[in-house]
Amino acid sequence: MNKNLILYAAILVFGIAAPFIFPAFKVQLSILCVLIVLALTWNIQGGEMGYNTFGNILFYGLGMYLCASVQVGMFFPLAEWTESGGEKTFVHTPVQFFQGMAVGLVVAAVVPTIVAGLIGYAILGLRGHYFAICTLGLGVAAGEISGGIEIIGAGQGFTTPPFPDVGGLEARGEFFYLLSFGALVLTFIAVRAIYSTRFKLILNAIRDNEDKAEAMGIQTMKYKIIGWMISAFFCGLAGGIMGGLVGYIDSTDVAFDGREMGVFMVLMAILGGKGTLWGPVIGATVFHIFKEGFWTFFLGWQYVALGVLIVVIVIYFPEGIMGWLREKYPERFGEVVDEADRKAQVELK
Amino acid sequence: MDFMVFQYPMITVQACLDGILLGVLFALIAYGMALQWGVMNIINIAQGDLVILGGYIAYFMYLYGIHPAWGVIVAPIIMFFVGVGIYKLVINKVVDRDLFISILATFGISILFMQLMNFAFGADVVLANSGYGTTFLFDNNVVLPNSKIFSAVVSIVFAICLVIYMKKSKLGRAIRATAQNARAAKILGVDTEKVYAATFGINAALCGVAGALISITFTIHPYMGLPYTIRSFMIVIVAGLGNLPGVAMSGMGLGVFEEFADYILGTEFRIGAVFLLLVLILVYRRFKLSRKREYLK
Repeated sequence: MNKNLILYAAILVFGIAAPFIFPAFKVQLSILCVLIVLALTWNIQGGEMGYNTFGNILFYGLGMYLCASVQVGMFFPLAEWTESGGEKTFVHTPVQFFQGMAVGLVVAAVVPTIVAGLIGYAILGLRGHYFAICTLGLGVAAGEISGGIEIIGAGQGFTTPPFPDVGGLEARGEFFYLLSFGALVLTFIAVRAIYSTRFKLILNAIRDNEDKAEAMGIQTMKYKIIGWMISAFFCGLAGGIMGGLVGYIDSTDVAFDGREMGVFMVLMAILGGKGTLWGPVIGATVFHIFKEGFWTFFLGWQYVALGVLIVVIVIYFPEGIMGWLREKYPERFGEVVDEADRKAQVELK
Repeated sequence: MDFMVFQYPMITVQACLDGILLGVLFALIAYGMALQWGVMNIINIAQGDLVILGGYIAYFMYLYGIHPAWGVIVAPIIMFFVGVGIYKLVINKVVDRDLFISILATFGISILFMQLMNFAFGADVVLANSGYGTTFLFDNNVVLPNSKIFSAVVSIVFAICLVIYMKKSKLGRAIRATAQNARAAKILGVDTEKVYAATFGINAALCGVAGALISITFTIHPYMGLPYTIRSFMIVIVAGLGNLPGVAMSGMGLGVFEEFADYILGTEFRIGAVFLLLVLILVYRRFKLSRKREYLK
């Protein structure tokens, strides 16, 4: 336990110091934090609960639009803002910007949670692939519909308020990095706390055999909805931060981007190892490094590379990095291995 | 919102006819979906991209001066081999596994195809002009392009041929046997691996036909694949696996629904309406099933 505390403290210190050590990578590090949040929250459904969702992108996009709309709408008429297409007719003062951001992030986190609670009863009753396809449909439908709504910019997109004139680009990067790192720490603590309670065992029971769990007297629906609401809360928060970071929201390319972010979160969790605490974190980090490192080589071909990557990971590496480590060093994961049994298995191979 | 539909009854007729002609095409794609779902127990997200690829084959024939209607013959032949290729490379590794694995793997194929088509053919919306002219009905109030009628007739012919083939031929019997019980079929000497490859190839060929027809009748674009997948999935779950009249009827129903959504909500919400309908159907199905489960208690 003590060793763990030191590890966490070291990571925390490193995380806070990171933008000052690598000043050139501030934006990349912020995106990495958001990606880790998304992977961690996807893992609650896909890994622990066994409900493979493509629909968490819904909450992410919702949070993105809500945060930006609140930030603008608190001080200026929203319709005229989108009409002007991000021209500098309305300028936020620093106080207005940070106030708007704070309120916006709260709204961006809370409203998706409520939405998840409302649609949860209907959607989470679906099982297996019906759930997967239904949530895929939800995400795409949200993108298509928000692309037709005039007040949030329709097809042309929505420019989020530019960062106020305090400290220039450096301060902007640090502000968004600390914000996203804060979200990451919050998410990690929350997820870790959840995973040490009975709640996680219930989620695992739902994954392993839902009917039996129900027969044991667990109100599975209640726990499924709560799990989804937790995911929605952090997804919305991450979306709100990402909207401010990117500075421009498009309905299908940035917010409800099922083709990119929606797949990324699934892929990262699977790459790292579903159903583990550290898996999504490792998976997201490896994935992001790979993406940023190699995307420039594949310039223009990145989606081709992404498609191949998905197929390869899903077919040849479904257990992920943590699963592979677990197979290799089961003792480290607290599993008792019978020596004779292991030898017998090796001989069988 | 536009309530023209209720003021001018001829628009209703127009929408219904358009929808039915469109729905026949959807039913053809959905038949392929049902085939592979029933036989191999996989859900193919790349279905729509196979359709679009078939469409581009017809479009290229049109560009090189061949009448695009010949694409109906050429596209399925090429697509059959594309399908078998995809099966050999990817699908045969996901057949026996969890359905989600197949969804995700084919999602990867879909992204791959989308982007490759974008490179190869450009991101423009294209249309292969068949030059078939139009038919006017009811005092010129209802306008039907002949190409739509042509495409509906061709898809019905293909569907009937396929049904007869599945009933009569040796391969068709092997496919049906594998769908019923793959293990038993294997024991009785059916080469299931070959059957799976053939099934996926036939599915891809059907997509090729549908795509060629869509490129003649409507427009194609590299990123338009996913809606076709969702439509065919929806038709299959409404009709149920192995229910051919149901597939045809629900395909036409979906077509009519889409035309009305187009008129009433506006074209920009058309795809959104399709996806929302999917969600609604699944949720309706869930409540119906849960009622049945309670009844059992």
